[in-house]
Amino acid sequence: MTASADVAVDPAPGPALSRSRAGSGPWRRAWRIVRGDKSAIAAAFVLLVIVISSLAAPLYARYVSGTDPFQSNLSGKILLDGKRTKIMQPSTEGLGLGVTPIGPTWRAQYFLGADSQGRDVAARLLYGGRNSLLIAGASTLLCLTLATIIGICAGFFGGAVDMVLSRILDILWAFPVYLLAISLSIVLISQGLTIGPIEITANSLILPIAIIGIIYVPYVARPARGRVLALKNSEFVLAATGLGIPRWRILFKDILPNVSTMLIVFVPLMTALNIITESSLSFLSIGVQAPDASWGTIIQDGQGLLYTRPAVALAPGIAIVLTVLALNVLGDSVRDALDPRTKVL
Amino acid sequence: MAIALLQRFAQMIFVMFGISVLVFLIFFATPGADPAARIAGRNASQETVEAIRKEFGFDRPLPVQYVNMMKRLFVTQDLTSFVNRGMKVVPEVAAAAPVTLSLVAGAAVLWVLGGILVGVTAALTRDTFVDRGLMALALIGVSMPVYWLGEVMNLLSQHRFHDTWLFSWVPALGYKPLLTDPVGWFLTLIIPWFTLAALYVGVYGRVLRANLLESYQEDFIRTARAKGLSPSRVMVRHALRTSLIPFVTMFGLDFGVLVGGAALLTEVVFGLNGVGRLTYQALLNLDLPMILGTVMYASFFVVLANALVDVLYVFIDPRVRKG
Repeated sequence: MTASADVAVDPAPGPALSRSRAGSGPWRRAWRIVRGDKSAIAAAFVLLVIVISSLAAPLYARYVSGTDPFQSNLSGKILLDGKRTKIMQPSTEGLGLGVTPIGPTWRAQYFLGADSQGRDVAARLLYGGRNSLLIAGASTLLCLTLATIIGICAGFFGGAVDMVLSRILDILWAFPVYLLAISLSIVLISQGLTIGPIEITANSLILPIAIIGIIYVPYVARPARGRVLALKNSEFVLAATGLGIPRWRILFKDILPNVSTMLIVFVPLMTALNIITESSLSFLSIGVQAPDASWGTIIQDGQGLLYTRPAVALAPGIAIVLTVLALNVLGDSVRDALDPRTKVL
Repeated sequence: MAIALLQRFAQMIFVMFGISVLVFLIFFATPGADPAARIAGRNASQETVEAIRKEFGFDRPLPVQYVNMMKRLFVTQDLTSFVNRGMKVVPEVAAAAPVTLSLVAGAAVLWVLGGILVGVTAALTRDTFVDRGLMALALIGVSMPVYWLGEVMNLLSQHRFHDTWLFSWVPALGYKPLLTDPVGWFLTLIIPWFTLAALYVGVYGRVLRANLLESYQEDFIRTARAKGLSPSRVMVRHALRTSLIPFVTMFGLDFGVLVGGAALLTEVVFGLNGVGRLTYQALLNLDLPMILGTVMYASFFVVLANALVDVLYVFIDPRVRKG
């Protein structure tokens, strides 16, 4: 690519003509396609709203609801229609024993009601969104970085390196992702991890990020390796080798930019997958640990209240569906723009 | 072809070995904690931990520990849980397997039929509102966490509309064995089947539509049309047949992965005592021997299923057979 770009700088026919001949770069063209796709723009807007509102969680808790989403509040009262109402109300079902948390008030305080510990669900939803998005985003980055390194090493260097890496990928590929995640989580989350001087506590967010980042590596590394292999034998790389350009320069200037379009396609789709994975692991209580929240842990909290206070479990689920849907729509559009070969007419 | 099969078999054995080593290392060689304490579970007494250390040979070299562990899992099958004292791991897994199999097999029928229906309809009505609507629905199906959909279904069928004609037939959560109570088996599984299938109908419908549209551009379709075949015959006999080949690979992988534990979330939500729920309960109790057992057996099943699909592939796709 760079090899041809060097040739394309041709001052003779004047700026306007040379530009039209060289064409706009793949990135600019892709951006134009995505920008012209109405559903992609709508999806990006939805995502933006979700990200901003999650980031604003502390502001919401402090200035709007005035509740502490991490402190259980079993004996508290709030002012509702001029009356002081208990957050944990006496149960009306069954024997009338026990308490039921307050339902959605549709006011600033306890907008979506309280969970079984008397905590404000709306505020927890926003805080949970922060963790869900953070874990999904960070694990996507981790996964793509690892996969790129492995894919490039295996594809570009070949030989024994390729042999070993490909066999390891075979094993990881065949290992069902949830079982791998469960195995890693049960060991790490029960007791944390100590590697030399670094100590990672059991409730650190690094653990779910690392676990989710690792389990999907083969799904990206395999196609990355395939792409690198194809590029290695393509004409422009052979030409560059023939010109005597050093291998590392070919790697960084010719191969990496061509792999990166493929990686960008993976970003939204992987993030969507990771949001679902994170929420599933948290729902199984091996993701984000209490008192921290994520959308998955809130659904788990709401499981016991499903029939009495369904809002607790429904709201985070709707947040997940909206986010994942938006990411998938955006991902489809980005793929069509950057990877025209897979586009279906 | 015999050589290819043998090669595939050797690869399967290698992957199984690799997975067993990986699981062993994760459970017994991660730095930071004593494996004996992990096996013993929460609040175990010092004597139990000591006894476990001796029994599992944690003072001996890792390869010896590995061989010992595999022997107990696959040969003598006497690995026992320490949280639920005396509960043997392997028979528990074997007892739970039919539940998981019932759940996944029924859902598989639904998602294959649903996927074909959605894919073919969307491809035939391409670019109309029917196509767009179906693809939007498929995308929503793909974007829903399965356990959450299960909870919503529970909320609707067990509570909100349970007293109306719509869901009054839905029995309480739980599993009824097929042999003793076939009607109960069917009724309790209907909602879990649809829930589990929803995601896959979305995935398969999208993939099939794409494959169909691609194959409509190929020469043999043009030939079929030029011969004057009816559009429905072109679709069913020519386009659908070739488009279904990648379907088989996908189906084999997904079926294996689901039986191998991915149906876990559905089982948990619907209270079905399958392998997944067994794993989940072991997870809550930090019952490591049980998790070790379910993970090992389930992943071996997945590897076996993958190998079978590859073999099957040779038989359905003549192009692979020749090459």
